[in-house]
This record gives sequence, C-alpha cells and structure tokens, in this order.
Amino acid sequence: MSRAGIGLAVLTTLLVAFPAFAGPYALSVATLILYFAYTGQAWNVMMGFAGQLSLGHSLYVGVGAYAAGALFFHYGIGPWAGLWLAMALCVAFGLVIGLLAFRFGISGVYFALLTIAFAEFTRIGFDHLDWLGGPGGMFLRVAQRDVWDLANFRGPPLMYYYAMLFLTVAAFLLCFFLLRSRAGYYWQAIRENEEAAQALGINTFRWKMAAVALSAAMTSVSGVFFAFYYNNLFPEQIFHISRSIEIILGPVIGTLFGPILGAAVLTLLSDGITDLLAALGWEIPGIKQVFYGIVLLAVVMFLPHGIWPAVSRRLGFHK
Amino acid sequence: MTLLEVKRVSKSFRGLQAVREASFEVPQGSINGLIGPNGAGKTTIFNMVAGVFAPDSGQILFNGKPIQGFRPDQVCTAGIGRTFQLVKPFAGLSVLDNVIVGALHKERTVAGARVHALSILKKLNLDAKAQLPASSLTLPDRKRLEVARALATRPRLLLLDEVMAGLRPTECDQMVQVFRDINRTEGLTILLIEHVMRAVMALAGHIGVLHHGEVIARGTPEEIVRHPAVLECYLGEETEV
Repeated sequence: MSRAGIGLAVLTTLLVAFPAFAGPYALSVATLILYFAYTGQAWNVMMGFAGQLSLGHSLYVGVGAYAAGALFFHYGIGPWAGLWLAMALCVAFGLVIGLLAFRFGISGVYFALLTIAFAEFTRIGFDHLDWLGGPGGMFLRVAQRDVWDLANFRGPPLMYYYAMLFLTVAAFLLCFFLLRSRAGYYWQAIRENEEAAQALGINTFRWKMAAVALSAAMTSVSGVFFAFYYNNLFPEQIFHISRSIEIILGPVIGTLFGPILGAAVLTLLSDGITDLLAALGWEIPGIKQVFYGIVLLAVVMFLPHGIWPAVSRRLGFHK
Repeated sequence: MTLLEVKRVSKSFRGLQAVREASFEVPQGSINGLIGPNGAGKTTIFNMVAGVFAPDSGQILFNGKPIQGFRPDQVCTAGIGRTFQLVKPFAGLSVLDNVIVGALHKERTVAGARVHALSILKKLNLDAKAQLPASSLTLPDRKRLEVARALATRPRLLLLDEVMAGLRPTECDQMVQVFRDINRTEGLTILLIEHVMRAVMALAGHIGVLHHGEVIARGTPEEIVRHPAVLECYLGEETEV
C-alpha cells in the first residue's frame, strides 16, 4: 500500500476510535469538522474538479435541510425519504443555475455572483414561506436523545458523529474514484482549458451540468444532516452567505485531503480563539468572521494551493 | 475521394468581410496547406471548420455530410481533430493525462485510453516526459503535445493551426517529419494553415492561397511559387523575384 493509503487507513481508524476518548465537547467539534469536510468535498466537485466557483452553496444546504425538515415536521416522514426530496430539489436548483450560466456563457466570477444571487433570493423567499416557519424558524421535535433511532435519524451525539464520519469517508472514496474515471478527466480538462476540452470532443455544457448536479446532490445531504442535528432552521442562518464562505474555506482546490484538513484546522482554530477570548472575559461579536477573513487572505497570498500540498510534501506522500 | 469540402463559405464580423465565397477541397489521405498573409482569413476558415463559429453562408461538407454550425465537440466526434495556434495545454495535468483526455474520446475505459495515449506519446517522442506536468514543457514540446492530444481522438482529418509558428528551423523539420510519417503510415488527412512557408512547401501536396478572404490560387507547391497572383500578394507588384 502506498504511503498515502496507509495514512488514510490510520486516519480512519483514529476517527472511528475517537469517541471512546473524547468528551461531549470534543465530539461536537469533531462532528462539525467532519460536517465541513464532507460539505467541502461536495463543493470541491464543482470547483476543484470542474473549475466552477460557487459562492452560494448554502443554497443547497438550506434547501436540503428545509425539504427533509418540512416532511418530518408536517407529516412525520423520516429523513431517509426526505433525503430523496432534498436531493431532487437541490439538483433542480443546481440545474437551473447551470442552465442559465452555461447556456449564456456566464463564467468565472460572474458565475460565482449568480450562485450568490440564487442563495440570497432563496433566503428571502424562505423568509416569506409561513408554511416553513418564515423568519421565525422551523423547529423539529426532539424525542429521546439517548436511543439510536436510525429510522428517524434521532439519537445521541455519537450517532451523528458516526453518520458524518460515514458520509465523509464515502464522499472521499467517491471523489477518489471519480477523479480517476472519465468524468474526472473531463472535469479537470474543462477546469484547465474549456476550449481545448471541447476540441477534444467533450460536451462541456453537459459535463459542467453533471458536476453541478452531483455537487448539489451531495450538499443536500449536508442539509438533511444539519436539520436533524441542530433541529432548528432559520432562513437567515442557513442560507446566509457566511455559511457559503465557511464551506469553501476548508477545501483546497483539486486535492482530496485538502477539504478535510482545511476544515479541521479552521474549526479548531476559530473555536479555540472564541473560547480563549471568552475565557479572558472578552466577548467580541463577529470575531470568527474576522478570523476567517484573515485566514482566507493569508492562504491566498502565501499558499495559493492551500495548506495540503505543503503538508503532504512534508509527510512524503508525493514523489 | 474528397474528405473535406468547403463550398462558397463566407463570414463577416461587424461588416468586415473576413472570408468571401471561399471554396476548396481536401482529398482523403492528402496533406494540404492553406497559406496567405496576415489577415487573409485563414484562421476564420479554420475556426468555421473547427466549429468555433458558423459561416454566414456556404457549406462545409465532411465525408459528404454538412458540418457547418456544429459545436467544436461535435466536429471532433465527426472525425476532425485540431490544434490551437496559441497552445492550450491542460497545464495542471501531466503530459500523459493531457493525452488521455483526448484518447477517452474513442476509448471506453481509462486503462485503454492510457495505453493508446502512451503509444501516441511515443510516436511524438514525448514518452520520456509523460509524467511531467504539461506546464513544464518547452514551446516545441507543447506544440507536440497539442498534436498528440488531437491525434489521440483518432481523427480522420487533422487541422493544424500554425503549428510551426515559433519553432526553430530544425524543430520545424522534425515536426514535418512527424506529420509525413503519420500521413504515410496511417493515411491521416492533414490540413495545415501556415505562415511558415518552409514547412508548407516541404509538407503539402496541394496548397490554397487566401488573400483578403478569397481563395486566389490553388495548386502544387511548384505551381504556387510561380503563380503571379501569389507573388503579388506576398511580395508586392514592384518586387523582382
């Protein structure tokens, strides 16, 4: 097995064993890290693979969360059924955005603006949907938190941790194999040079749509998780652009480990800073966002390929 | 048999007539050159055949079927490969992966595409550099990579857009040899649009000359160099040859 393979196996084992050593707080932080790692991976399918920058991925998290949440809230239908509705809706949203953008040649930063616009007007739309609670939010019933009720995805924090771990590993494997498949080659070709890709017979419109659809579908799962983990949904929160920014802070373009590592570093650091300041008695609202901003600037300026390539070289994963 | 037939094709950009009623044929298995001074409309014709944009009028027949107005990927699927004048490698991918992308056009599996890609890299003497990132290649190698990628799609017609431009004479001669070999061993039809006369004269069996968007002369290289209209457009009327 390659060095990277061994590293991955060790990491997975550690993550599986982690709850045995971790307290409730550490477990919740770890769950959050995995959440961002998974969602970042989903986002990365669009940006890292196919080169389409989305700054509105909170759209898919929000629509996914509300779709599954509403089914449960109104009809008591569990998330396993809700997941399909969430996916279908998110894919539909993604395809509409893709259709508009790719048919009319909107690309690069303009495409990113389009994704923000969609997330924003969906947020405003949800503010006016009384059936979903409007700005007052939607609250899912919390039953017993100590029983593993997998059918309804209700249970102790440990269950959510393992669910997120499973999703992260599954997404990692999916991306690993996709990157080595026809789709991976085509997406990377489109990312590197769309005109050249087209000249080699690639229907770039179709493949870009496929990337958006897959990314949206994967992100909708984050939404469903979010709904059943936090149990409360507010349009103002879930669709907010800062959510989209949080998602993309982790991923490092085009690498598989990047999103996972980035998510871990960021979550730990930002939580650490908030805790430290709180311990010192300083409550500074918005300090997290300021911190994110500084990190983003620093990474873009000093490590344009993200932190993963540097780390992986140190660990000897590359020739 | 005629593989590519361009019939009375015209194209104008905002009133500027770039190509006017241009016609020419490319017989199966031949190497053809299209030459002309800057702004003669060479690249416009090339782009219309390659599907970058559709002609305003006229027909482009490939293997007897109209292909005008096709998208670039449909042109490729029809059996026409192309290179770019300003090379467009997939810079972040390895040389091999660049060619695999092209090979996947006809190959069903990535493994099959890899085998095909390696054989093409060998043909173009790029096999030693297969694992290097495409961004690390020198210009002559990048030009070769353009050709390798296009060949990987198994085209019946290869369109070369100024593939010799920027090459030193010796590099140019090597390229010429590569195309001659491919043409001879595989019967690949080639249409080159070229500025570098040395290459066209060495390579092409038939040459069309474009001037102000019109085809002003067609013939063998020997006929072309003596053609009065060609001399006039290239060298000016006053010059003694």
